[in-house]
Amino acid sequence: MNTATIKTKINTAQPTSVELAEKESVYSTRQLNLWYGNNHALKNIDLEIGENEVTAIIGPSGCGKSTYLKTLNRMVELVPSVKTSGEIHYRGRNIFESSYGVEELRTRVGMVFQKPNPFPKSIYDNIAYGPRIHGIKNKKILDEIVEKSLRGAAIWDEVKDRLNENAYGISGGQQQRICIARTLAIEPDVILMDEPTSALDPISTLKIEELVQELKEQYSIIIVTHNMQQAARISDKTAFFLNGEVIEYDRTDTIFSNPADKRTEDYISGRFG
Amino acid sequence: MRYIEQEKVVRRMNGRMVVNRIFQGLFMFATALALLALVILLYRIVSQGAGHLSLDFLTNFASRFPEQAGIKAALVGSIWLMAVVAPTSILLGVGSAIYLEEYAKKGRITTFIQMNISNLAGVPSVVFGLLGLTIFVRAMALGNSILAAGFTMSLLILPVIIVAAQEAIRSVPGELRDASYGMGATKWQTIVRIILPAAIPGILTGSILALSRAIGETAPLIVVGIPVIIQFLPEGVMDTFTALPMQIYDWSSRPQAEFQTVAAAGIIVLMVVLLFMNSIAVFIRNKFDKSY
Repeated sequence: MNTATIKTKINTAQPTSVELAEKESVYSTRQLNLWYGNNHALKNIDLEIGENEVTAIIGPSGCGKSTYLKTLNRMVELVPSVKTSGEIHYRGRNIFESSYGVEELRTRVGMVFQKPNPFPKSIYDNIAYGPRIHGIKNKKILDEIVEKSLRGAAIWDEVKDRLNENAYGISGGQQQRICIARTLAIEPDVILMDEPTSALDPISTLKIEELVQELKEQYSIIIVTHNMQQAARISDKTAFFLNGEVIEYDRTDTIFSNPADKRTEDYISGRFG
Repeated sequence: MRYIEQEKVVRRMNGRMVVNRIFQGLFMFATALALLALVILLYRIVSQGAGHLSLDFLTNFASRFPEQAGIKAALVGSIWLMAVVAPTSILLGVGSAIYLEEYAKKGRITTFIQMNISNLAGVPSVVFGLLGLTIFVRAMALGNSILAAGFTMSLLILPVIIVAAQEAIRSVPGELRDASYGMGATKWQTIVRIILPAAIPGILTGSILALSRAIGETAPLIVVGIPVIIQFLPEGVMDTFTALPMQIYDWSSRPQAEFQTVAAAGIIVLMVVLLFMNSIAVFIRNKFDKSY
């Protein structure tokens, strides 16, 4: 039927995983399908995500890009009536294996959300939350983690004198960097970012973008974005999602200068979406 | 072609303004009527009972002579009752609310349980009294003790506490849960460290209001068989006791006119206790209220 023909087209249009995997891959997704009830939200996704790279996921609203991101740390399962099939291997192990605890996975894979969501606690307690739930009680070690994480998120100088103030009292852009610092505090391997700048002003956005560039030295970053210029500016690879399928996945410069698929070209040139 | 003609709008404006005024007046009248009833009630009770209020009234036991009648046993009994009701109902209520909001899968069974909790909140208190009489007084052989009455009252206000706690838990933004789960926190850690601290003002406010209801209830106590005249103070939860509304009910049903004054004084004491509890609720809400 119709879907079958589209599928074959995609397969020819898609570069093979081998070509793209120059670095070791952190995540490899194989034939992932996901349904919200009867809504087939992700269709036969195959993606290899490289180490210490920034991978951008772009596409119009409702294309499944956020759903895919949330599947990578299994946060999507918090939505009732989600069903999945296929495999996602993280560092060689299928995350859907019944023996793989989600808590363990999420300690390795941190997440930054669309809207800054600090806890209604002090800045210090926000950052120390992760280490504390994982059993660190020593005040000295916590102090070190808090400072290191805040420095890592480039916000230490702005908040070092008010660590005991409520995190709600700082600006939205600062809150988002607090959230990034909070994620760094669990010493993750991968950081997932779900449109982290969509609620922020241009200057805060720029700061987060610069931060992402610094963070990729140590972390693998997967970022969902609505903003194509942002994807072009900060990512190494870009995946274009449409209607739950990966239309094209390639090096960012190739996607933006010489896309293989007509639909990708239409989207990045602003003809739809 | 315009559909809205400016001239017609201007012509009809007066009529619209009159209707607007009429409804404003109606609603103000409704509010005033309720306030008036409250003021009359307060005035009658205070003017009747204030004369009888004294330190002796608080420290005397009940008596055949109106001038010597005091409220000591009832006041202390009500405090004992609250000491049983508060922990029992809050622990059970918050526990159920957490289960229903955070653990239970949304489905037919949960909907059914939910519906029944809401229905229970509307069951007359006499029925809870009968339940308490059957289970706690007879089957568990607790007699007409503080414990039996306390458990009965706990059941009575449990639905109210569950619903209030559920609403408080539901109002904790989902983003906070996401943030916690996203860092690898377990459900329990998320509940204890994030959800409960954020929900506690709402939970406590609802609980205290429910407790205020329990302290003023009479019917279940009558059915459970709580005596009115008690000339000693309870020493433990297995002792029998009397409570403020029981004592007031007894005084107000006596034939001598002097006892009406005593009853009014008792009502003042009960109202002060109620106002005190409600002001704690308001204080907690204002102190811990956080805006998201």
